[in-house]
Amino acid sequence: MAKPVAVQMKGISKFFGEVVANKGVDLTVYEGEILSVLGENGSGKTTLMNMLSGIYFPDEGEIVIEGEPVVIRSPRDAYRYKIGMVHQHFKLVDVFTALDNIILGEEMPRYSVTEHAAELKEEAERPRYVIDNDDAEAPVKTVRAADTKAGRARLAVRTAMLPLVKFGKKLKFNWLPKRRGQKAREIAAKYGFDIDLNKKIYDMSVSEKQTVEIIKVLYRGADILILDEPTAVLTPQETERLFDVMRNMREDGKSIIIITHKLNEVMAISDRVAVLRKGEFIGAVNTSETSIPQLTEMMVGHKTELNIHRGDPVGCEDRLVVEGLSFTDHEGVQKLKEVSFTARSGEILGIAGIAGSGQRELLETIAGLQRPMKGTIVYHDPSTGKDENLVKKSPAKIRELGVRLSFVPEDRLGMGLVGSMDIIDNMMLRSYKRSIPVKIDKTHTVNIPLVLDRKRPRQLAERIIKDLEVVTPSTHTPVRRLSGGNIQKVLVGREIAAAPTVLMAAYPVRGLDINSSYTIYNLLNEQKENGVAVIYVGEDLDVLIELCDRIMVICAGRVTGIVDGRTTNKETVGLMMTDSLSAKDSEEVAND
Amino acid sequence: MFLAFLQSSIRFSTIFLFGSVGETLTEKSGNLNLGIPGIMCMGAAGGIIGASTYVEAVGTSGIEAWGATLLPILFCLLFSGLGGLIYCVLTATLRCNQNVSGLALTTFGIGFLSFFGGRAKTTGFSTISNFFTLSFPIGDSPNWFETLFLSYGCLVYIAIIIAIIAAIVLKKTRIGLNLRAVGENPATADAAGISVTNYKYAATLIGSMIAGLGGLFYIMDYLGGSVEYSIDKFGWMAVALVIFTVWRPNWAILGSILFSMLYLLPNYVSVSFAEREVIKMIPYLVTIVVLVITSIVSKRESQPPASLGLSYFREER
Repeated sequence: MAKPVAVQMKGISKFFGEVVANKGVDLTVYEGEILSVLGENGSGKTTLMNMLSGIYFPDEGEIVIEGEPVVIRSPRDAYRYKIGMVHQHFKLVDVFTALDNIILGEEMPRYSVTEHAAELKEEAERPRYVIDNDDAEAPVKTVRAADTKAGRARLAVRTAMLPLVKFGKKLKFNWLPKRRGQKAREIAAKYGFDIDLNKKIYDMSVSEKQTVEIIKVLYRGADILILDEPTAVLTPQETERLFDVMRNMREDGKSIIIITHKLNEVMAISDRVAVLRKGEFIGAVNTSETSIPQLTEMMVGHKTELNIHRGDPVGCEDRLVVEGLSFTDHEGVQKLKEVSFTARSGEILGIAGIAGSGQRELLETIAGLQRPMKGTIVYHDPSTGKDENLVKKSPAKIRELGVRLSFVPEDRLGMGLVGSMDIIDNMMLRSYKRSIPVKIDKTHTVNIPLVLDRKRPRQLAERIIKDLEVVTPSTHTPVRRLSGGNIQKVLVGREIAAAPTVLMAAYPVRGLDINSSYTIYNLLNEQKENGVAVIYVGEDLDVLIELCDRIMVICAGRVTGIVDGRTTNKETVGLMMTDSLSAKDSEEVAND
Repeated sequence: MFLAFLQSSIRFSTIFLFGSVGETLTEKSGNLNLGIPGIMCMGAAGGIIGASTYVEAVGTSGIEAWGATLLPILFCLLFSGLGGLIYCVLTATLRCNQNVSGLALTTFGIGFLSFFGGRAKTTGFSTISNFFTLSFPIGDSPNWFETLFLSYGCLVYIAIIIAIIAAIVLKKTRIGLNLRAVGENPATADAAGISVTNYKYAATLIGSMIAGLGGLFYIMDYLGGSVEYSIDKFGWMAVALVIFTVWRPNWAILGSILFSMLYLLPNYVSVSFAEREVIKMIPYLVTIVVLVITSIVSKRESQPPASLGLSYFREER
């Protein structure tokens, strides 16, 4: 590479508790190039870039700029070294105009009274208007500000105000000029951004907001731009426009780092690709010398053996038949497109896909938390043999109908458990409608209304603590004080205790150590052997392939294929996840 | 008759204006300070302490205009600033719940006023009050212009000037832009290099001092130097006024006059006891109606600051 080095990261490591986010990463960015940082979810791409932009501080290693090791402790420090980052979640104030957002927090040039006084003097000398009578005899006369009484008075007042103005500047009390942010407009014009900077942020579309963020970073003088998954929220046309702008910026000598997991975009835009896997730097290659299959292999790596026990599917009746499910969220983004699949009893159906491809929406739609726009969800009730359509039924109604559907939400403490309540109370979240039974005589019991039954939840809590080896001081400890693994066990334990016929689990092992993960896998396998239809949403492909009987792969809300967990391999699933499998290949996979 | 009603309404509106401008500044930084009623009480107590200290020092015969006004104002600012400081330490530094801290501060402030107000020696207060109510020189039979615009004590004009300055600062200066950013989205402001804690402290302290002047005005100007403890009710009306004026100090000038007209109306019309109480409810009803209207219209500019009532942790993601 003949290009000069812009920034170099040497042996960077970052740990969050026991979790290794990055380990010994060496990354070099050259001036005037577009570098893709490629990796699966959780491979540490964003963490690495956050260390460059001052959000995190590396635990090991150093960042070298222009041959000197530098310390970047805050976004401000990063801007000093001309590094700016556009985050996935925009940092914009909604009620401000784009321009006010761009100039927010900008450092003002130092103020000096002498300069201001000189300016005033100059203004006094400047001709204000010219008297040119129609009368040709009268001389043309130039009137300066200092010539008239009013002008002199105004200048005198402004001169007298100088100390006050100086004090005000010290308090950052300076006026917002009417025509502020001329530089921002120039930047927008220079790189071909198409945007009205006087528009309020809340009136803007996602792509416009992103544009504002990029202009903001450029306005602060960044020469190295980091874009965190910029295309995740854009339509193909908007993506194309963004790429054009990025190419313009490259022409201007800026370095651009784009974090992504979309292989086709990597091939389309970048000059070089750096691949991360599980926090480690795998290598950097020139885009022109590589191919999608090679990158996929670098990204997912070779298969590792996990030895998860997998029994043969039992029973295998159709339990849940989903047909043509489409869902659009309240922002108008289509999250699910014509999703169809069947979950069978006694088997684990894995759902693989890049985070945010619609897994959460799919599970929430089935659980009755979201209303789909189109499609049917038919549930075959094993006790009555009847079919029930779950679409447009509330979660409570789904329960009332005897349709048993347990759901482990992605966000453990947000939707699954109440952090400040103890384990017993959290058990009661599923049984709070049950009142306390009182025996009148030997055969009759009466339920006292409004009085809660605490006995059975307590027994359940004690059983879960014992069976699943939950480490907790007592049943009365608020669940948020437990470790992540134990919280997860409580949640999964409760859902399983409801004796479900369909068990949906989204990322149940996220953030867990190996042993807790295996406990969860065993629980899921146990449920499968009991004839439950298990739907498992996971991110680790090794686990999905070892645990699941069938794997459904979704990409951007669309099912790209359903493969057999016993015969497939990581490369196939990885390619399907990014939807870069050609039609012929996918036919072959389907035939397998 | 109507002129007298309008005049006393404008005079009385000062207490609401101080309170609501102070509270608006505080809320613009994202602090929902429900301790404003208590802080107004503390300001009044400060004024009482300052006045009695002054009288004790110079004796009843030695009372002079500058000392008699400046010392109570200084003490008022000091004590109401102290109230704001307590609130800030609790919410911005220790990250306590803002509503609970504010309500506790109100209770504290009421007790503070009862304690110091009840013990204070009020000799010479009416003389001091005369300096506060000193208006522009107008004759015994002023015309309508003089009555409406020139007949008030210094604090009335100070209140209006402060309201206008606050409005200009919020809208037109960089410091106001930064303050609004802190109240709307502290994470963004922090990322832009604005010190969220400093802005919260500054806005709350200054806001509390302004609100405290309302209590001082009530004791020293409106009541003519006699001590009364029930200032907190005006504080609550000031909080309602903030919502009524959709967080705009310049609108608060007119809003406070409207509120005080409604408050004083029963004194100027002959009504039964029941009707009187109903009229007193109107400001609150109007506030509820305004809340309903602003949430139906859902214009983003007339919504409260987005992070109002929330503590800010940088580490929280």
